[in-house]
Amino acid sequence: MTPRIIKHVLRDILRSRIAVAYTLFLFVAAMGLFNIGGDVSKGLVSILSVVLMIVPLMSLVFATIHFYNSYEFIELLSAQPLERRTILLGEYFGVATALSAAFLIGIGVPVLLYDRSTTGACIIAAGLLLTFVFVAIAFLGAVCTRDKARGMGVALLLWFFFALLFDGIVLFILFTFQDYPLEKATIALVALNPIDLARTFVLLQMDVSALMGMTGAVMQEFLGTALGVSYTLGVLMLWVIAPLLLALRVFRRKDL
Amino acid sequence: MNLFFINQGVGSLAAFALLAAPLMANELHVGSDRTHKTISSALAAASTNDTIVVHAGRYAEGTLVINKTLSLIGNDSPVLDGKSKDEVLTIIAPNVSVRGFRIENGGRSSTKELAGIRVDSTTGFSLTDNQLINCDYAIYLAKASKGDVTRNVIQGLTDQEQNSGNGIHLWSSNAVRITDNKVSGHRDGIYLEFSSETNVEENQVEKNMRYGMHFMSSNNSHYRKNRFSRNGAGVAVMFSHHVEMTDNVFDYSWGSSAYGLLIKDLVDSHITGNRFHHNSTAIYSQGATRTLFERNEFKANGWALRVLSNGMENVFRNNNFVGNSFDVGTNGDLKDHTFADNYWDRYEGYDLKHDGTGDVPFRPVGVYSMVTERVPASLFLMHSFMVQLLDRAEKAFPSITPDSVIDPSPAMKPIAL
Repeated sequence: MTPRIIKHVLRDILRSRIAVAYTLFLFVAAMGLFNIGGDVSKGLVSILSVVLMIVPLMSLVFATIHFYNSYEFIELLSAQPLERRTILLGEYFGVATALSAAFLIGIGVPVLLYDRSTTGACIIAAGLLLTFVFVAIAFLGAVCTRDKARGMGVALLLWFFFALLFDGIVLFILFTFQDYPLEKATIALVALNPIDLARTFVLLQMDVSALMGMTGAVMQEFLGTALGVSYTLGVLMLWVIAPLLLALRVFRRKDL
Repeated sequence: MNLFFINQGVGSLAAFALLAAPLMANELHVGSDRTHKTISSALAAASTNDTIVVHAGRYAEGTLVINKTLSLIGNDSPVLDGKSKDEVLTIIAPNVSVRGFRIENGGRSSTKELAGIRVDSTTGFSLTDNQLINCDYAIYLAKASKGDVTRNVIQGLTDQEQNSGNGIHLWSSNAVRITDNKVSGHRDGIYLEFSSETNVEENQVEKNMRYGMHFMSSNNSHYRKNRFSRNGAGVAVMFSHHVEMTDNVFDYSWGSSAYGLLIKDLVDSHITGNRFHHNSTAIYSQGATRTLFERNEFKANGWALRVLSNGMENVFRNNNFVGNSFDVGTNGDLKDHTFADNYWDRYEGYDLKHDGTGDVPFRPVGVYSMVTERVPASLFLMHSFMVQLLDRAEKAFPSITPDSVIDPSPAMKPIAL
């Protein structure tokens, strides 16, 4: 049953044209960044910044709005002999697929055109994972809040926290405790923020030369082997699964 | 010239001279089915200017000492085996040439520096087309001047720095030309100490444990078109002056103390046309003075330049800085250093006059690079929105970054190198 709901959600999203606008925006931004910079590696750095800012914001806001707009549809489906699990998963994968497709076209095509390096591929992978993570977080926020305005507020606050506030706190911690060995703590802190995880995942490709300059056996192992890549990707997957499971749990008991 | 004259003048005499030439310099053959079964018997029988041709086979004869001027030529790469206990070849006569051998398992000792080929206190040697595999020191030149080391392949096999010697080791050896060798797996690939007027050209130095090339108190030297790749550090230049480094490639020196080029007290030198890429730090400079860094390319390094403020009057001109995580790091203000006409890919200025030079100056030291100097763990925040805000804020109101590190005339486009 889930695929049919996904299909319906996808058709609904395409009709709203916001997804198309999102695709166009990403595409124009990426093409612009590649052309203005004059240098591909510089373009990639700028695209990384865009991906880390815009993708979480768009995923959160769009998924939240979509959830509240389809509230009646969800109510209708709930009246059918359908499991609530099926309904929510259908909605989730519908939104996540639509946004992923938009991202893949918007960023993927320019990156393919200008730069076919591993770094480019990593940025695309990071963006896709971030889409799935933040749609899941948005759904969790939305099922917990009944009021639409409040739900939007929660979404925006979450974005502000993950995109900006968290790194400020990390920087503050690193500065305060700079006399202590911070290697393991830093790696652990990174895991608490999906945006940082995605960024670190790309850094392991893009700036590995600089990162390898860090001292300490823990760092050397984390950076020099496949460990860093599997760690960041693994925890990012957890960031998809955990909020989604939580959302399902809340939604199952929710009085619609 | 003489021979030419005779040739022209008296035909019969010329023929005699041509016949006589091989008679005066004998050719001795060594091989299992030849006159000499061992190289040592041929060395004992040879007289000055003879040629000894060693045919294919495996020879383990302890240390062979060459004390006469002669040529030792390997036919079909005969193997000289040091059995991991002996030095293999020791040359103490002038104008000796050794060509075409494969020297294996040179001796190792904790008290002596044993070598595959040692040239000691003499001049005019030439070591060509040899392979030196698993030797402690491969080629060791001590007070050996005016010689050539050409097209040798040198491979060390140990992985412990303290148990390994250097690939090509020069001590007090002047005017040596080291050309087109491949050196890997040693402590230092090429090591020069108190060796001036050296020319090091077109060598490939890879995967050595400490430095690709280690250069100490060696003045008036040139090195050109070498490639230093994946070494602990590419090249370390210490306590030297008038050194020219041109058109070399330094890449993949990764690690917390890994540098493409490590400079410690270098005076009046030129570093020109080199390419540095994928190093943790491309150039680390401590105590460089009156040195010109010109037309180099810095690409995808962690730090392109880390210049300590104990240097003086260095000039950085017409270099390209592209895709580095950090362009310049320093611990001071670099007041008497000059940065000019470089291309910085981070530059965001404009060129209203259309003269190819930016109208606003560029400051290559960002606040975040100063933060990482203090707290290295903050490298994990690179490219984050927070860090960009920090750098923007500092650009608008400079307070922490040194304002003397400044390129007043940044190039708008990469400089053609």
